[in-house]
Amino acid sequence: MKNEASDLKPASPKPWYDPRVRSVFFQIIAIALVFWGGWSLVDNTLSNMESRGISTGFGFLNETAGFGIIMSMVPYDATMTYGRTFLVGLANTLLVSAMGIVTATILGFIIGVARLSSNWLVAKLALTYVEIIRNIPLLLQIFFWYFAVLASLPSPRQSVDLGGTVFLNNRGLYLPEPLTQDGFGLVWGAVFAAIALVIGLRAWARKRQLATGQLFPMFRVGLAILLILPVLGYVFAGAPLEWELPSLQGFNFGGGISIIPELAALWIALSLYTASFIAEIVRSGIVSVSKGQTEAAKALGLPNGLTLRLVVIPQAMRVIIPPLTSQYLNLAKNSSLATAIGYPDLVAVFMGTTLNQTGQAVEVVAITMAVYLTISLSISLLMNIYNRAVAIKER
Amino acid sequence: MAEPMMKPPKIAIGPVAWMRQNLFSSWYNSLLTIVVGYLVITSVGPLFSWVFLDASFLGAGPEDCTGTGACWLFINERLNFFIYGFYPGELQWRVDLMFLLLAVCFVPQFIERFPGRKWFGLFGLTGLPVVGYFLIPGGTFGMEIVQSTKWGGLMLTLILAYIGIIASLPIGIVLALGRRSEMPIIRGICVVFIEVWRAVPLITVLFMASVMLPLFLPDGMNFEKLSRALIGITLWQSAYMAEVIRGGLQAIPRGQYEAADALGLGYWKKTGLIILPQALKMVIPGIVNTFISLFKDTTLVLIIGLFDILGTVQSTITDPAWQNVAIEGYVFVAFCFWIFCFGISRYSQNLERKLDTGHKT
Repeated sequence: MKNEASDLKPASPKPWYDPRVRSVFFQIIAIALVFWGGWSLVDNTLSNMESRGISTGFGFLNETAGFGIIMSMVPYDATMTYGRTFLVGLANTLLVSAMGIVTATILGFIIGVARLSSNWLVAKLALTYVEIIRNIPLLLQIFFWYFAVLASLPSPRQSVDLGGTVFLNNRGLYLPEPLTQDGFGLVWGAVFAAIALVIGLRAWARKRQLATGQLFPMFRVGLAILLILPVLGYVFAGAPLEWELPSLQGFNFGGGISIIPELAALWIALSLYTASFIAEIVRSGIVSVSKGQTEAAKALGLPNGLTLRLVVIPQAMRVIIPPLTSQYLNLAKNSSLATAIGYPDLVAVFMGTTLNQTGQAVEVVAITMAVYLTISLSISLLMNIYNRAVAIKER
Repeated sequence: MAEPMMKPPKIAIGPVAWMRQNLFSSWYNSLLTIVVGYLVITSVGPLFSWVFLDASFLGAGPEDCTGTGACWLFINERLNFFIYGFYPGELQWRVDLMFLLLAVCFVPQFIERFPGRKWFGLFGLTGLPVVGYFLIPGGTFGMEIVQSTKWGGLMLTLILAYIGIIASLPIGIVLALGRRSEMPIIRGICVVFIEVWRAVPLITVLFMASVMLPLFLPDGMNFEKLSRALIGITLWQSAYMAEVIRGGLQAIPRGQYEAADALGLGYWKKTGLIILPQALKMVIPGIVNTFISLFKDTTLVLIIGLFDILGTVQSTITDPAWQNVAIEGYVFVAFCFWIFCFGISRYSQNLERKLDTGHKT
């Protein structure tokens, strides 16, 4: 007798109807297309470069650059190599990004909270700011600050003088520079000691609270330690700090710290522009914490400050942090607009001058893109780790 | 003994009550109101007189800018340049016609009850680019050729943003579907493509398009500067578009996929008939928002030497014939962008509210 079950088995499908076979087939085609595209790109590029007499390889990084850069964080002069110009550009990019991130965050949080203010005037003013600034292109704002505002400042001889220590003119902003003397190590030591003490105290306070339920005024005490210890160290070391004042030397100022107008314009524009986006993120984050949470905290008898610190802010931060990081990334990427006003960032120095002088477009563009890719991917990675840490634990 | 009478409650309506609640609810708020109010009044007054009262509106040249306020006649004088760039004057009707068609297609989208507005929008996304392709450069139907080097101003800004969005939409859809694919190699290719383009700033993309594209292409195949910029913008924008569309694909409930499978639909029918129509509708606000940011980012093309609206204004400002008109020029461009972007963002917020049919918690 024949087994009837075998008749009920589906006929084995034709291979071109089998999803697994199809998927392998399509993937092979995709790989082939990508390889073919990549190979023809490389082939075209190599033959084009050969016909134009462009050399390949990264040897140019060790050649002498021979051009000056108006501002550098690392020691640089025209006799140094193209590799050094890359470092100068990278340092300048990181500098303006870091400055912008700090100010944009502070400004953005202030404006975001102001958007929710119970004061009608303040809330509307913040709304107006956000709606105007974020709807105007960033490049236009950079141009505005650089060509319209900073360029119309007085010349060095007629500088705006703030108490003989800070000078502002169309060549930049000049600040006194702190010069550390012998014995300043004691101050650093005091700073580290204070930080260690605060961390220890915090652990003790938490342990005590878990054991007895008693709260310790950690914030006030910690702040006092962090302020008082370094000041004591400073006094005991005999005030080991001197200020170098900027002064007019010939046609321009010398000495002190100078902020060139290119940097200032870029910094102001990046901060103001990004702050308008951060403000909206902060606002939506705070709004997202439901009213029941605050009410529940009140019902449990938590004081207002603790409600904010333990209930509202942690939940708001969960909403705020991911878009906030992408704003930071945007700011870092937008700092490349520096090239439009001549601030020597990575794109202006390396992809601009170095590329023009060496003609090695492929290598230079690849390096520049790799830098941005590294920054972007590492921040995304940190972001994902953080996200996993703060995500709501569902059981 | 009767209870002592309670005081009547404080007035809760009327301007006085409103001010007490919203401006002077506590000593702290009162102080804030006074300080902020003072700052606003002292800055708005001079600004108003600079823009309107003391400004010069009419005249023939720079010498007529006599007022202490803004010199608007400079905008008036150069308006043609700011809108059309170097496009020949007698052929500008073609650009005007395109502006008109754009308005006909997209203005009805703002009007709720406009009959057949969907078809206008669809034509704007499909037919209109074809019309523009023949109309703006000319060369067919006996129209005179206008080289793309002569295009500029607002017209160029709109061309860049419009083509950038329309070309990146299909690429973005393909990339988003690829990123959600179950085939690991296709998914990998799409992820790498999207992440690389999203990680680099637009300016490096434009540099690459203008410097390196000629190296990448075989001999004899070449594009002019505008097309190279457009290729760069499109590739860059399609990565962002893909992420927006992926958001929509992820928001479709699993049941929709399973129902389509249960009906025996294949991948393309499932995607084309069930998933994409729902997902795309859901992400219209997101697409509009990426359009706004692309629209603002098109100003970057001036760095590679194209004259968009900011580029034309910038070149006029540095023109020695006009002195000290930088602020006026920038305010004019800012105003143009602001009108567009603010209007469109309001539209997208409106849409978001309308599309939010309460399925989300």
